[in-house]
Amino acid sequence: MGSAHVRRAVALGVPLVLAILFPLLVNNPYLVSVAVSAYVTAIAVYGLNVMLGYTGQLSLAHAGFYGIGGYTVGILTSDYGFSFWLALPIALAFTSLLGHLIGLAALRTRHDYFAIFTLAVGVMIVIVIERWESLTGGTDGLIGIPAPGSIGPLSFTSLNSQYYLALAFLVFTIYVVWSLMHSLVGRTFLAVRNSEELARAVGIDAGRTHQLSFVISAALAALGGGLYAAFSGSIGPDVGDVPMTFNMLVYLMIGGVASLPGPLVGTILIMGLMQALQAFQEYTLMILGPILILVVVFFPGGLAGQGKVLFERLTRREADQ
Amino acid sequence: MSGAATLRVEQLGMSFGGLKAVDQVDLEVPAGKITAIIGPNGAGKTTFFNVVAGFYAPTAGRVLIDDEDVSGLPPHKVARLGVARTFQTTQLFPAASVLDNVIVGRRLHTRSNVFDAVLRSRRHRREEAESRENALEALEFTGARDLADVLVANISQEARKRVAVALALATEPRVLLLDEPAAGINPHETEGLTALIRSVAVERGVTVCLVEHKMRMVMDLADHVAVLNYGKKIAEGPPAKIRSDPKVIDAYLGADHDA
Ligand SMILES: Nc1ncnc2c1ncn2[C@@H]1O[C@H](COP(=O)(O)OP(=O)(O)OP(=O)(O)O)[C@@H](O)[C@H]1O
Ligand SMILES: [Mg+2]
Repeated sequence: MGSAHVRRAVALGVPLVLAILFPLLVNNPYLVSVAVSAYVTAIAVYGLNVMLGYTGQLSLAHAGFYGIGGYTVGILTSDYGFSFWLALPIALAFTSLLGHLIGLAALRTRHDYFAIFTLAVGVMIVIVIERWESLTGGTDGLIGIPAPGSIGPLSFTSLNSQYYLALAFLVFTIYVVWSLMHSLVGRTFLAVRNSEELARAVGIDAGRTHQLSFVISAALAALGGGLYAAFSGSIGPDVGDVPMTFNMLVYLMIGGVASLPGPLVGTILIMGLMQALQAFQEYTLMILGPILILVVVFFPGGLAGQGKVLFERLTRREADQ
Repeated sequence: MSGAATLRVEQLGMSFGGLKAVDQVDLEVPAGKITAIIGPNGAGKTTFFNVVAGFYAPTAGRVLIDDEDVSGLPPHKVARLGVARTFQTTQLFPAASVLDNVIVGRRLHTRSNVFDAVLRSRRHRREEAESRENALEALEFTGARDLADVLVANISQEARKRVAVALALATEPRVLLLDEPAAGINPHETEGLTALIRSVAVERGVTVCLVEHKMRMVMDLADHVAVLNYGKKIAEGPPAKIRSDPKVIDAYLGADHDA
């Protein structure tokens, strides 16, 4: 057994065990609820990373898809009596379809133009949510969204059970992204990001690759949003608004773009920090701004990228001795 | 679909606004042979490749691969029909290993999708193993196998040229377009690359069409030479004849005087 295997087992096992023990260790409902929000947001940030990190395009409609996922689950379960377990896949399918249709237009552009195009889409999504009062409750939003129903003996009404459900979906998301990026499809993604021209010259359909990335990214946003709606019991238009996209972008950049742990590390760290500094909420941007600048300047790979370097240095030294 | 193909263009034209970068060019690049395209700077050689490979849709005329009209198809479709190319400023995927670069060239021969990836299907495992094997074989052929695990950023200019050829060969082309493959390498390295290109045509049976300014290399390699000047084909024939063609000498001298 090589030391690479040991390193990987440690890198995966230790955080997972800590996450499983977390509610018991802290024994503090408030902290557990912060962790639930962070996991749910991180799922969406993984989606943002699929687009920005792996195919290299920044979608500023991302929170819009998060909102659409959340509203779809909210409306189906509270107004139409759907089971959460049916509403969630419907929300994913609907958001993916919408993402596909928007992608057909938006992906005629790239880079800055794509970002601006999707920014406009993000703004439009919020306008639709706010104006379509009969369906969405307008600016008041939706309340009374039921928690996920039980599966056999497992019920999801208690905070701790919701924590484990969020954790399970997070692990699922990380697995999906990992397996994607360690596959021929993932190689195609990176090829298109690194040189679209060369990728096309070797037979890769760059347009379809961006389209696929966009749909996966939207689906992960919807998964996060759907879980958010069911766990918090309510949802408002600000959840799908453009500032939310920028928050997610900050989590991603601080954690590490194109890194597998990056979205989780950045989301937990910054959402945790914001909770700790709640008294200074008006100064959020004054705090986040300098942190972001420091990270980008000193650790261009994000904190997870830097952590990986340190981790490998430490474990390698041990292995050498 | 393997084996060499004939590349033929008929009355090919490519205009940018008023500029005719390629103008009424008729040319046949015979299967399995090495054809060189030469001409002074700005003659339209790279544009010619860009049109053939589908990067630009021609504004006039047709491109045929073994009599199949590919004019106006997007590059990935042209590549799937068997046309591979390298770029004038050698292009590779940076920040990836040499092997990972060349494996990308196998994508068009694989069918695994997102579900295969997430479910780690048998098809995916098979295709991944095959891609790796074929990529290593392409690296072996181009003499760059030792570099398989090295990052592209850390290899020499000459090695990059070889890896670029390996990446193109990984697609199993029937026609290979090489845009100044020997630019920026020394005479000794150029000889090695010349031998490699010859073996692509002779051993692999691939049709080679090459743009090159290094005349010795062209004279050594080419079975056939075509000369472009201001987008027009001004001469065509065996290397020895081209070398002494007054029109060709004129075009080059004229370009020198302009410069
Ligand atoms: N995309 C483009 N838009 C406008 N003009 C272009 C474009 N591509 C090439 N040209 C013009 O077409 C002409 C031919 O350029 P091209 O790059 O094909 O020449 P070349 O023969 O490859 O030259 P070199 O030997 O310097 O590489 C030039 O005048 C160039 O400026
Ligand atoms: Mg050129």
